[in-house]
Amino acid sequence: MTSRRGGNKRPPRGFGHWGQVVAAHAVLITYTVIALFPVLLVILNSFKSRRAIFRNPFELPNSSNFDTVGYQTVFEGANFLLYFRNSLIVTIVALLLILLVSSMAAFALAEYDFPGNALMGLYLAVGIMIPIRLGTVSILRLLVGIELVDTLMGLILVYLASGIPLAVFILTQFMATVPQALKDAARIDGASEYRIYALVLPLIRPALGTVAVFNMIPIWNDLWFPLILTGTERAKTVILGAQIFLGQYISDWNAVLASLTLAMLPVVILYIVFSRQLIRGLTSGAVK
Amino acid sequence: MPPRRRKPFPFHILVFLTPAVLIYTIFMVYPLIDSLRLGLFSLNDTGREVFVGLDNYRTLLTSDLWAPRLWNAIRNNFVLFAIHMSVQNPIGLLLAALLSSQIIRGRALFRTLIFTPTILSVVLIGFSWRLILSPLWGIAKDILGIFGLESLYRPWLGLESSALVAISLISVWQYVGVPMLLFLAALLGIPDELIEAARIDGATGWGVFWRIKFPLILPTVGIVATLTFVGNFNAFDLIYTTQGALAGPNFSTDILGTFFFRTFFGIQLQLGNPTMGATIAGVMFLIILAGVLLYLFGWQRRLQRIEL
Amino acid sequence: MRTRPILIMLVPLILGAVALAQSLVIESWRNDDLVIWRDTIIPAFNAQFPDIEVVFAPTAPAEYNAVLNSKLEAGAAGDLITCRPFDTSLGLFEAGHLVSINDLPGLENFSSVAKSAWITDDGSHVFCVPMASVIHGFIYNADAFTELGLSEPLTNEEFLELLEIIKQDGSYAPLVMGTNDQWEAATMGFQNIGPNYWKGEEGRLGLIDGSIGYNEGGFLKAFEALATWVPYLTDGYQAVTYPDAQNSFTLGLGAIYPSGSWEIAGFNAQADFAMGAFPPPPPAGQEVCYISDHTDIAMGLNAASPNAEAALTFLEWMTTSEFAELYSNALPGFFTLSSHAIELTDPLAQEFLSWRSICESTIRSSYQILSRGNPNNENDLWNASAQILNGTLTPQEAADQVQQGLEAWYEPQQ
Repeated sequence: MTSRRGGNKRPPRGFGHWGQVVAAHAVLITYTVIALFPVLLVILNSFKSRRAIFRNPFELPNSSNFDTVGYQTVFEGANFLLYFRNSLIVTIVALLLILLVSSMAAFALAEYDFPGNALMGLYLAVGIMIPIRLGTVSILRLLVGIELVDTLMGLILVYLASGIPLAVFILTQFMATVPQALKDAARIDGASEYRIYALVLPLIRPALGTVAVFNMIPIWNDLWFPLILTGTERAKTVILGAQIFLGQYISDWNAVLASLTLAMLPVVILYIVFSRQLIRGLTSGAVK
Repeated sequence: MPPRRRKPFPFHILVFLTPAVLIYTIFMVYPLIDSLRLGLFSLNDTGREVFVGLDNYRTLLTSDLWAPRLWNAIRNNFVLFAIHMSVQNPIGLLLAALLSSQIIRGRALFRTLIFTPTILSVVLIGFSWRLILSPLWGIAKDILGIFGLESLYRPWLGLESSALVAISLISVWQYVGVPMLLFLAALLGIPDELIEAARIDGATGWGVFWRIKFPLILPTVGIVATLTFVGNFNAFDLIYTTQGALAGPNFSTDILGTFFFRTFFGIQLQLGNPTMGATIAGVMFLIILAGVLLYLFGWQRRLQRIEL
Repeated sequence: MRTRPILIMLVPLILGAVALAQSLVIESWRNDDLVIWRDTIIPAFNAQFPDIEVVFAPTAPAEYNAVLNSKLEAGAAGDLITCRPFDTSLGLFEAGHLVSINDLPGLENFSSVAKSAWITDDGSHVFCVPMASVIHGFIYNADAFTELGLSEPLTNEEFLELLEIIKQDGSYAPLVMGTNDQWEAATMGFQNIGPNYWKGEEGRLGLIDGSIGYNEGGFLKAFEALATWVPYLTDGYQAVTYPDAQNSFTLGLGAIYPSGSWEIAGFNAQADFAMGAFPPPPPAGQEVCYISDHTDIAMGLNAASPNAEAALTFLEWMTTSEFAELYSNALPGFFTLSSHAIELTDPLAQEFLSWRSICESTIRSSYQILSRGNPNNENDLWNASAQILNGTLTPQEAADQVQQGLEAWYEPQQ
């Protein structure tokens, strides 16, 4: 806003410029604090005794209030390592499959002018508009029929199907931005259509990263389908395992905060892995 | 225009499309159609499904028992959407504009940190905010106290007048990263030469943004608005985790998602009513479809005309 | 392309999970009891029946109905189903999801009152083995009472005086309860103190046969009595949730907690002060006191269970005095519904149980028959009771609203 008074031909320097820099940083820092504060509050308090959580929520964990009773409760009550393994398998396999089949479909929709193209695009996009929860009972019946209930494969298939619409929608837009000349050059060199798909894929890496991040979050965090589609220990996910300590009716705050912290860590790590990819893609200018 | 391939039969198109279409059809479209179909049926006294046409829709829209709940939920959904459009998306745009600016140090770090809430489970978000706003823990009160505004504290989540706004703002807080990233990608996609040219013509940072950059990211504005609309009308989790399926106090935070859940699956002593639940889902689907069509045929078409 | 080997490696992991183990799975909403079932009850069962593996697989209470119904619809539910009382389970029986257990040996250990919540209207079929009832009342911080020189109130008038004294003193919240989750207002408020006003079974049966309505007589008085609590509730109670209230009380911030006996186990573990309990005090001059002794939980057999024989063995074991003793003591506050004489070790649980001999028992007014229709009477009561406490409805308005909801579909009330 200061720049309005600022320079003429070049970006303004001097006092106005510095004011702008400081103001911009101040806005970002303020917002970052707002974004992280509730998360830090949960993590910090998960290491404190119940009384300390209540009396001094802002206090950092220290020798007088340090307490890991929440983590003890959580690990005694649930097989968290198994849940982590299950969540990781489900999330990663579902993500890879979403990226694979959706990018293939998106390539076909963006690249070829075949009859029914628009209709097919609409058909695949319509799933964005309906909550898949509505189909719960039918999905469950289906999985019971093919004996995939209470398995990780069952969860993967449901997430795969529900991830496809948005992924195809986003990827088609990006596929369309890949320069035609590039593909035509490859065709003249005699490349097959599959080869051209393989050529285009790396060019839309940022879009793939975006799709991965957007899909990873709901899959990892989903409570609903694990709740319905799995019953026993062996196919439980982290969020479902943590659920025993969550919810409206549970008063053990230590266990709640500990299980929340545990459920949050892996997704943050996964996010950092994918966001590197995403950011590298964004800044390399591959989208232009 | 892509070149027409003149092969006898384009098998590769089938190969590309089949896996996605097949899985999507079996595990999503079929179950959804099977459920939406229920909206046209009713259970008779012996528990058999009987075809009733649009009767369930008529009941939902006109009966004293259903209609007020439906309109209340739709109204609340629009409030939720309005707050997201007027708070979340401008903040997302502001943050994206700052993060695309060369004057900021540590852009990648800011970007990663600000996006963090978006990746977290709604269970965690709901629980932490509930604690922060809780009259018992007193964090919100303490923070207001720092600015000498302690007297402004209210148990917002428990009051009919403020619960929906409070929930909407929590949701804004969580999801602001999404429009931010989409706007950022669009802003970074603007060729530097265009901006340089504008600068040479004497435009200031502010002027460059509104006259050069903003028109160029208008397509993204449309996508963001549509995604917000779809997301808001599909919303359920946050209200369910903070207020429960009854969406209290006195249904002031009830949206279509919670209304559907309560009806379809039942709550406490109330048995589920799958056919009326499916009818509500049908209404949700129609509203969202209308929004998306409006975007496709209104916004996108106008943009195309501008580009011409 | 590097992903391919990873995928191939994952295949056996995923497929490995398909092989099904032969075991009994128990569906329940009591996730609080997970450890007790795993470490106490199931091992005791396995001591006698080592060949039957039992898994207790609870769902959070808020999700239980939705999850269970979906699984039953699709034929994927566990072998044993924890039954909520009355219409919810009756619905499951009528839909063919629960089987009749009339012939189960050991069922003679339950009185007809105990079985009343899990029986068809004509009395021809019992479909769940009754497990426990819960009793309503008030739990108080005995240390705080001593500090302020207070004693248990015998009448409602004394109760209100007591609340006023605690409020004036200011060191404790007089009544620890919130209205955010709504059900406490109805369950721990209205249904807790109400039987004293509508004379227990007399009023409850009157509602069912249509001779009295919610907006008159004892029921209206109960709503009015609830409204007198408003000045004494915790600060910001409109946004206080159930766990908030529990924590607040066990951290010693409040004096009296309107409650049910099911809280005892949790409170024993978390509170570091002495606790006492008193039954809902009747209005002055009323000789008889009434308590809500609510049939709450039972267990039935999933009709689609492939392990019916093993499941019936388990249900039969649940009728024994061994189970009654184990369960009642592992979960003080859940009182067995069997006629076995058992020894209760927890003093607070004993206190609650002792009211059975001095007061008349009844169950919650909305559970039998009245919650079959739409709008659902129980849910209406939640809403109305919470609104009374939030000050958005007067007792008369709330009572009229509930009555209207009932009249909308329940013929005897029309």
